[in-house]
Amino acid sequence: MDSTSIVPHAQGMTNRWSAGVIPYAEMGYWQPDYEPGPSDVLAAFRITPQPGVPPEEAGAAVAGESSTATWTVVWTDRLTSYAEYQAKCYRVDAVPGAENQYIAHIAYKLDLFEEGSIANLTSSIIGNVFGFKALRALRLEDMRIPPHYVKTFQGPAHGIVMEREYLGKFGRPLLGATVKPKLGLSARNYGRVVYEALRGGLDFTKDDENINSQPFMRWRDRFLHCMEAVAKAQAATGEVKGHYLNVTAATMEDMYERAEFARDLGSVIVMIDLTVGYTAIQSMARWARRNGMLLHLHRAGHSTYTRQKTHGVSFRVIAKWMRLAGVDHLHAGTVVGKLEGDPNSVAGFYDTLRLDHVTADPVRGLYFDQEWASTPGVMPVASGGIHAGQMHQLLHHLGEDVILQFGGGTIGHPMGIAAGATANRVALEAMIKARNEGRHFLAEGPDILRAAAKRSRELDIALSTWGDVTFDYESTDTPDVTPTPTLT
Amino acid sequence: MRITQGTFSYLPELTDGEISAQIAYALGNGWPCSVEFTDDPHPRNAYWEMWGLPMFDLRDPAGVLHEINECRRAYPDHYVRLNAYDAGYGRQTTALSFIVHRPAAEPGFRLDRTETADRRVRYRMHPYALDRPAGERYRAR
Repeated sequence: MDSTSIVPHAQGMTNRWSAGVIPYAEMGYWQPDYEPGPSDVLAAFRITPQPGVPPEEAGAAVAGESSTATWTVVWTDRLTSYAEYQAKCYRVDAVPGAENQYIAHIAYKLDLFEEGSIANLTSSIIGNVFGFKALRALRLEDMRIPPHYVKTFQGPAHGIVMEREYLGKFGRPLLGATVKPKLGLSARNYGRVVYEALRGGLDFTKDDENINSQPFMRWRDRFLHCMEAVAKAQAATGEVKGHYLNVTAATMEDMYERAEFARDLGSVIVMIDLTVGYTAIQSMARWARRNGMLLHLHRAGHSTYTRQKTHGVSFRVIAKWMRLAGVDHLHAGTVVGKLEGDPNSVAGFYDTLRLDHVTADPVRGLYFDQEWASTPGVMPVASGGIHAGQMHQLLHHLGEDVILQFGGGTIGHPMGIAAGATANRVALEAMIKARNEGRHFLAEGPDILRAAAKRSRELDIALSTWGDVTFDYESTDTPDVTPTPTLT
Repeated sequence: MRITQGTFSYLPELTDGEISAQIAYALGNGWPCSVEFTDDPHPRNAYWEMWGLPMFDLRDPAGVLHEINECRRAYPDHYVRLNAYDAGYGRQTTALSFIVHRPAAEPGFRLDRTETADRRVRYRMHPYALDRPAGERYRAR
């Protein structure tokens, strides 16, 4: 460890006491000499201490409040091997270019956590500590989950490889679209959108996160009409098609009922929202593996705690937890679309979801090496404000194992929904073909698309409708080593 | 009707030159190629007939293209596809797969519906060609 990165103790204990904090650092929660063991769970927190609280004390407080400590000394600690159960803050680095922000590295013994439980892991790591008064703000930036703990989780119900074999689709990103408008379509009209989009060339269509079972369209009616549409589109194309039937509901019993109905109708996939909670997600992941159904997770609500740089939980941590929990699909950003997503941060999310070994890379916001120990990969989903004219950028930033979802970019096509789907599929296949031929597809992308559009009126119209649309705003969630957005 | 399975089905049919470029990409990645054919294009038919074994040690795209053309010649009324396989650790699956030959006419699929209780429908996708014996399914009558 670089000793110069340690911020020296602030002088004067009186300030510390005046902030109402007991010295956690002196209770064993600050151990700069501690060498993390291979089975330790590691966490990197961005801490913004209150005025007068030294950074190591703040780091020690986070270690304490996320493990054994309470606000005062308790004699019952002495009935335990407390040194084992105490988390140790072993490193505190000042964040370059940011005033009063530090990255605290904390190690937790594996023994602190229940096997295979995201709920328990998160209740420990983010349970109480985020409201702690001695901190002005706190953000969980990254975690290292040791293989010892990884292997206690199911992991993705199927994973990327099995999904591709199940669908019989290789060598290109998959294509999807969310049915729009989000609210108000009757079941019969809704199924029309599904049929047109799938027969036109998409692989998947999708319920939106807030399509559950409202008065204008009850879930059962939607499922029946969507599966009619899926079956018709399969017959029209000879391809396997799917619609993410959102089974999100108020209770597990309701979710199981809806998921079983989807299974019995022949759907290949069901969907849940992040809002159902970690335990429900793990239950549905088990159900999905047992029943041979792909499980799509929409990250509904995540931006309430992932977006701001100083407080909350980074999405790369959520991605890690969801891969452990066992989903097959997870929305992870588009870079070029309408929603938040710095290119380097998004690359870090995609690595976290797809690779077996992820190497620490500060440029991508990855603080730790992460071994996935053969846990299957999660298929990332890019959704929100993307269109066929960006195909070269999407392929460049997101790679091949990804689902590109063009909602407005399919349904809004002037020639109709099927034409919009065809435009996207033509653009995708043309770009993959060009890439495989060794062309510099990122630089030549517009030319490649224009050439393909000469053989496809659908793509030609799509390019003239959306070709210039971009969402070029500065990202709020960027890695520290690249404080400015890297989007070009 | 045009069956749109495979990596490239929405583009004009690939020329032999374009197919060779894709083969070169696969071989460059260390992915051995194989040729398969069928006259049962149901999307759940994973096991098309193998035109010989995967060409594990073949490094020249021209050799692979030769096998494609031999298969086309032997089975002009079938679908023929080229697969590239990634045996890399953690992957071990098909990396690229596209149709390189089709029957002259593709009748497609019939969708049979069986209505059951409480508005449920059971769907069955039936390739029209399947009603004739294997080998004769796409031959002109």
